[in-house]
Amino acid sequence: MLPLLSLTIFTPLLGAILLALIDHREEAAIKAGALIISLITLAAALMLLILFDPGSPLLPFRECVPNAATMWFEECYAWIPQLGIRYHLGLDGISLFLVLLTALLTSLGILVSWSITARVKEFMILILVLEAGMLGVFLALDLFLFYVFWEVTLIPMALLVGIWGHERRVYAAVKFFLYTMAGSVLMLLAILALASLHLSQRGQLSFDLPDLQRLSIDAGTQAWLFLAFGIAFAIKVPLFPLHTWLPDAHVEAPTAGSVLLAGILLKMGAYGFIRFAMTLFPAAALAAVPLMVALALIGILYGALVAWRQADAKRLVAYSSVSHLGFVMLGLFVMNAPGMAGGLLQMVNHGLSTGALFILVGFLYERRHTRAIAEFGGLWKVAPKLSLAFLIVALSSLGLPGLNGFVGEFLILVGTFLHQPLWAAIAATGVILSAVYLLSILRRMIFGALDKPDNVGIADLSPREAVVLATLIALIVLIGVYPGPFLERVEPSVSALLEQVEAAAAAQTLSLTGR
Amino acid sequence: MNDLWVISPMLILAGVAGLILLLDLFLPAARKSMLVYLSLLGLGAAILANLAVGHGTRSAFGGAVGIDPLAYFANWILLLSAVLAVLIGQRYLVDLDMEHGEHYALILFATLGGMLMAAGRDLLIVFLGLEVLSLSLYVLAGYRRTDLLSQEAALKYLLLGAFASSFLLYGIALLYGATGTTSLEVLGATLAGRAGGVDLLLILGVGLLGIGLAFKVALVPFHMWTPDVYEGAPSSVTAYMSVAAKAAGFAAVLRIYPQALGTMVSDWAPLFAVLAALTMSIGNIIALAQSNIKRLLAYSGIAHAGYILMGVVASDDFGVASALYYLLAYTFMNLGAFAVLIALREGEREYLSLNDYQGLGHRRPWLGASMALFMLSLAGVPPTAGFLAKVYVFGAAVQAGYLWLAVVAVLNSVVAAFYYLRVIVIMYMREPGAQPAPVSLSPSLALALLLTAWGTLQLGLWPTPVLEMAQESFASLLGV
Repeated sequence: MLPLLSLTIFTPLLGAILLALIDHREEAAIKAGALIISLITLAAALMLLILFDPGSPLLPFRECVPNAATMWFEECYAWIPQLGIRYHLGLDGISLFLVLLTALLTSLGILVSWSITARVKEFMILILVLEAGMLGVFLALDLFLFYVFWEVTLIPMALLVGIWGHERRVYAAVKFFLYTMAGSVLMLLAILALASLHLSQRGQLSFDLPDLQRLSIDAGTQAWLFLAFGIAFAIKVPLFPLHTWLPDAHVEAPTAGSVLLAGILLKMGAYGFIRFAMTLFPAAALAAVPLMVALALIGILYGALVAWRQADAKRLVAYSSVSHLGFVMLGLFVMNAPGMAGGLLQMVNHGLSTGALFILVGFLYERRHTRAIAEFGGLWKVAPKLSLAFLIVALSSLGLPGLNGFVGEFLILVGTFLHQPLWAAIAATGVILSAVYLLSILRRMIFGALDKPDNVGIADLSPREAVVLATLIALIVLIGVYPGPFLERVEPSVSALLEQVEAAAAAQTLSLTGR
Repeated sequence: MNDLWVISPMLILAGVAGLILLLDLFLPAARKSMLVYLSLLGLGAAILANLAVGHGTRSAFGGAVGIDPLAYFANWILLLSAVLAVLIGQRYLVDLDMEHGEHYALILFATLGGMLMAAGRDLLIVFLGLEVLSLSLYVLAGYRRTDLLSQEAALKYLLLGAFASSFLLYGIALLYGATGTTSLEVLGATLAGRAGGVDLLLILGVGLLGIGLAFKVALVPFHMWTPDVYEGAPSSVTAYMSVAAKAAGFAAVLRIYPQALGTMVSDWAPLFAVLAALTMSIGNIIALAQSNIKRLLAYSGIAHAGYILMGVVASDDFGVASALYYLLAYTFMNLGAFAVLIALREGEREYLSLNDYQGLGHRRPWLGASMALFMLSLAGVPPTAGFLAKVYVFGAAVQAGYLWLAVVAVLNSVVAAFYYLRVIVIMYMREPGAQPAPVSLSPSLALALLLTAWGTLQLGLWPTPVLEMAQESFASLLGV
């Protein structure tokens, strides 16, 4: 049995080192090399998908005590034994599709970056390092290791925005860095407090997730620790009102940066809530449900309304992310199986459709060097393939039945309805609003009269661009008509997680009232 | 014989330093570079002797000095920083026409003084070590004889340093008055057996001792000398003293406070906690406003002293080990940053403004990448030495119940991230100016860069051997 997870994480890192050795003038070789490395990583991720079988757990690959029955391909070694830090990786239905999405979007991100001419070598190296960090975040089961990967994603992304971004790139990069750093140091403190609790309760330091899940933490401490983790994750998601870094970073980032930022980095926050905040502090998480749901609902409506008023296409897509991630958070925090499965599916959907939207806006920017919606119009007549792709992707993003967005939003709304019908009604308004702004951008950019002379010469998709979009659209349609394979892999993990949260919360209430 | 064996690394340094002074008289100017090899050879021999003596606890000279894991660890830091300082300074000294034998001899003497401080088990020996270290540093700070700033630095350092030394000495005298001993071991035993009640002599003695040491490691509010001295002293000297003085000072603090004054921990630890919070906050906030890289590193050094002090505040096995680990990490990352700083130079002219770093990341990819690495490590971003060191001291503070201090510290590291990040932003996100700063990278400087970069990564990725060594120190302190 190969250590598949480590291979998946370290392939891009190794590739980045290899790229560093190539002369920077060999741009074609560097691009090809980066693409090949990302495709190998994608192949490794697909291996995980093929071998992953929720019915029969694969024999884990590990040296320390087996402790997470719901994890596959586990790897576990002592890393810094003096401080109880382990190199512990594992995969379940929750992380599986995020890993796949990461590998896929990185490959596509490299493909859309073919047009980059400045500092190609550094760009590709950073993308690959970023990929390794993102994969690590989704696979780490030791909190220290998780934090290391979490921070490793920070620098490459800040550099991608700051070096290859647009006009206000430095401002956006610094803002992004400081926001995220401020959130994550609080999380670091909470992680240290957890390890210290483990020391006092079990006699040794540990940062291992399964170990820490077995701690008994009183309600007050849980609330504080949940808050510390929650702020770090909420900034990343971003949850209203911590979202203000996002429009700047997205708008200024190069296309591949926007795609990975929206597609993966935002998901790291939502994933952190599921994997860490909920399972470590179940009582606090349950107590926080009204607050989180309220913030999610505000985010849905606020993001949609602000998106509607944008004159810049990229800014519109960025704000639509705030709205969509509100949906994701809503699904996760109604704490039932349909909601959570829907939230997870919507994370993947958002990665595909918003990724595609950013790519489309990026293609248009390359052709016209503007992102202003008013500068376009009637593209249907000059670039039918591009327009068709735009149409499908926008419809997927607004949740048209038959495309992927519908399945996710439907499940989330079902989960919300089971929890509290009124909230479902508010959330449904958000679906309508997303139709408003997406149809309006379609009308203003794709349809209408071809009245701007500059637009007449716009070229349609090149084969490379068509491949990128076709891949995304194929997945959008596939998930839309046949979400079964996705859901059946996700659901066992989701119900295991929900049981874990409820059981732990119940046990804690019992022990508190029993006293 | 045992006595001499225990201090053999120091004896070697003293011997080689004397030899250098002697040879310097006879060597023709063209062959002065031989002295570099001689001093490296001496340091190498001292490192070997340190390894041979080992970290087992032994005392010598009637218990006045001794070796134990703490001293052993401090010796490593001091010897490494001396090696790196010699490597960093070699071409720099030639270019500035300062390559005299005394320079190397003084670095060896300073290292010897620092090692004596770490090994001293008697307050008077600690004082002796401190004076050997300080006097060498005073001279080194003023080594650029024709430069006014350097003269100012030396005079300032001398005056304030002498003042601090007298505080320290007075503190020792008062402690002697209160307990009748200067031996740390006896002092600890006496204090442990002491009945309660306020002893004014004792409190004053501990306080004055603290002030003297706080000056040496540049804690707020005894830090005023640092920026001017760091800026004025020749860069290679600044690099050395920013690390060595801190390591030696903290080694003494770690021995005196948790060990000898361990029974009074509830008296001094809260005070140190406040000092730590002040030190890191003021250091970081003032560093934000710096536009000269040397001053930036000076203020950042003050802030780092605050983080290290957190380990002293915790004063348990975690605390002591974390402070030592931090010191080693700081040695690599700070000396690395200084190595890059010195590389930006043409002949005598140094390029110290932050703006001189514009576009460096693209002009000199490897130099830029290593500076980025050191800045990230200083900012505490994984997977670097600085990150694990921060996690370690923060964890020690949390574990010891100083949660508020840990919160202050993490907020500080966000502030600090801003100015370290600014260096990276300038290097990578700004185009080089019309006249980009020239780079002169000599082989020895490149070697120093390689060593520091390796150390910065090694301590972040696979710190196990070093951690083991650091963790032994506290147990042995209690065992004495």
